[in-house]
Amino acid sequence: MKNKEPLILAIVVIFTLVTYYLVEPYAHHVMHKHVESQDFKYTDLPAITKIGNATNGKELVANAGCTGCHSISKEGIAAPMDAVASAGAYGVNPPDLSEMGAILDANFLASLIKNPAHALKVEHKFDAAKGQMHPMISFYGMGGDIDQEIADMVSYLQSIAVSPSEVTPAMAFENACGRCHAVGYEKWTQIGTKPAFKHEKDSLAFDIKVLEYQDSLKVYMGKLPPDLSMYIRSRSQEYIETFVENPQNHLAGTAMPRVGVTADSMDKIIEYMLDSGDTKRHERESVGMKVMIYLLVFAIFAFLWKKQVWKDLH
Amino acid sequence: MAHFTKATSVKDWLNQRLAVDKVEKVMASEYWIPKNINFLWAMGMVLLITFSLLLCSGIFLLMYYVPTVEGAFYSVNYTIMREVGFGWLWRHIHGVAASVVFLIMYIHMFTGIYYGSYKKGREMIWLSGMLLFIAFSTEAFSGYMLPWGQMSYWAGMVITNLFAGGSLHADGLVEWIRGDYVPAQAFLGRFFMLHVVLVPVAILGLIGLHFAALRIPHVNNQDGEEIDFEAESKKYLAGDKAGSKVMRFANDFLSKDMMVVGIYLLFFFYLVFYNYGFAMDPVNFDPADGLKTPAHIYPEWYFLWSYEILRPFPIDTGLVLFGLAQGIFVALPFLDRSPNAVPASRRGLFKIWFWAMLCNMILLTSMGKLPPEGIFSQIGLVSAILFVVLWVLLPIITTFEKKL
Repeated sequence: MKNKEPLILAIVVIFTLVTYYLVEPYAHHVMHKHVESQDFKYTDLPAITKIGNATNGKELVANAGCTGCHSISKEGIAAPMDAVASAGAYGVNPPDLSEMGAILDANFLASLIKNPAHALKVEHKFDAAKGQMHPMISFYGMGGDIDQEIADMVSYLQSIAVSPSEVTPAMAFENACGRCHAVGYEKWTQIGTKPAFKHEKDSLAFDIKVLEYQDSLKVYMGKLPPDLSMYIRSRSQEYIETFVENPQNHLAGTAMPRVGVTADSMDKIIEYMLDSGDTKRHERESVGMKVMIYLLVFAIFAFLWKKQVWKDLH
Repeated sequence: MAHFTKATSVKDWLNQRLAVDKVEKVMASEYWIPKNINFLWAMGMVLLITFSLLLCSGIFLLMYYVPTVEGAFYSVNYTIMREVGFGWLWRHIHGVAASVVFLIMYIHMFTGIYYGSYKKGREMIWLSGMLLFIAFSTEAFSGYMLPWGQMSYWAGMVITNLFAGGSLHADGLVEWIRGDYVPAQAFLGRFFMLHVVLVPVAILGLIGLHFAALRIPHVNNQDGEEIDFEAESKKYLAGDKAGSKVMRFANDFLSKDMMVVGIYLLFFFYLVFYNYGFAMDPVNFDPADGLKTPAHIYPEWYFLWSYEILRPFPIDTGLVLFGLAQGIFVALPFLDRSPNAVPASRRGLFKIWFWAMLCNMILLTSMGKLPPEGIFSQIGLVSAILFVVLWVLLPIITTFEKKL
């Protein structure tokens, strides 16, 4: 009798694959809106046309009032208030500017200095005409060519920051995301990494500070931004990237600002989130390869055993 | 009392007390299997292996899982996935096996339907198999609650709501099942108990019954041939291995089982390491939040076909048909009125019925996941009606089937 097994196997495989295709790739394609990445180019914002001078920039930053709210720890400039008090005053703690030149896109930084609500894409929330002022004040110029001044300031921020290749995953995440989002599995809170305290009362005191910070943040954002510990698995990498690039694309009206990271910084942020939510991925890959090799050997021996046993049966 | 003599060997010692030789013959070397069967007959062994993987991985997960609404999500996603050595591996094996076991069960079921392996004395095999299917469904659903993610919580909410019975508004029953107004600690504790004790014990018992049911009628074969096992086994034992229509379970068929298992394990572990996403829904990696309903709530893929029978209709009609869909496969041996226990390919209209049922189940499965909008809800409605119509037609077309 003709051997029907290949035909039967083909039928089983085809029906299985059709079901898989309809239930997984196709259903997800229908359920989830596809957003094309613009490769973190921020083409809606004007490009810097002037060549910046870091020395001038340093002076401008010192005189324009930036350090009235922002710290620049690398330059020895401390924050006027601690994180909790700052959040109380502004809703969220203004970032330290030491590494912003490496983490944020230069054109984005320039637009941010000029008109924060516009660059951050939160004009639906901060409409100056209605008296809703963004807590970061727009820079109106120091008397010279405003575009030149902004180019100088961006140049200064880039000059003090590490080179883009030295940005670490934690540095990228903490600067770009970490003042609104906690990552409990990495012990990250909105006010920094929670240290290991010797005494419980110190630990509780820290927790209280976090809660106070979060109370201000809740008022500012409308709700507490989620803990991102498992987001790499609950959202796809593609979703996170296109969401960070422009939150309004996925969730029109969201209070989350566009943070303006560079494509490289985005990769670092993803790496940080993978470390938190898919910690054992490297081990999975190496163990996976070994298991597959072992099973291949097993399958070959099983096949040979079957051949040997069955040669007497026909 | 039996007479015991001084043992001549360890085997003899055991033979006198446990009759190991006899047991080995009954269970393996003289358990006769027809030769004209194909690899689909190895699905039983594949299921046994998959169940063993579920059991072993489950035991390891149970050592670290914390069945409280505050601790469950953390214990799964932090403790097991990050802290416990190879915890991630046990979890991925458990999650993928829970999904794949249903794929194999469906293949096993449709093999039985195609070859008529539920007829002529094999009814108990089918019935015990369907009981196993129900037990596995309960096991899968209760296990899905345990990570206490968004999908656990909301699937638990939706499925327990079904017990309100639509217009009957039996809300008291729903609360009684949940032990609370919403899924909470009592609910999680109960499903934890079901998942790790009651249902696994039932499954073990049912597997025993399923195997026992196979003993007297013997395994079916792919030609619908009635084999005289007595005569054929004598032929085999007399040395005519090639001429006999039967073979030993071990090592003859077991060697083929293992070959299929080898290929299956390659497929299974490929999924575990490289393509596990289908079995671990992303939504369930968000912690349960009773104030935030997910945009789409859907069951795991293996429940989608019955979910789609519920969904297109008004609630009461839907619930009745849903209940019917859950139970109707159990009645298959009694709804198929034909005396022919042969492959569907030789059964005229039943052949069409078989392929229509299979394709329709796949269609229902895919519509069950897609949002019920536009063309999808219309296809879903037609498929659900077709499902009912096919079951109504079955006794009619099989009554008029020509006896072969």
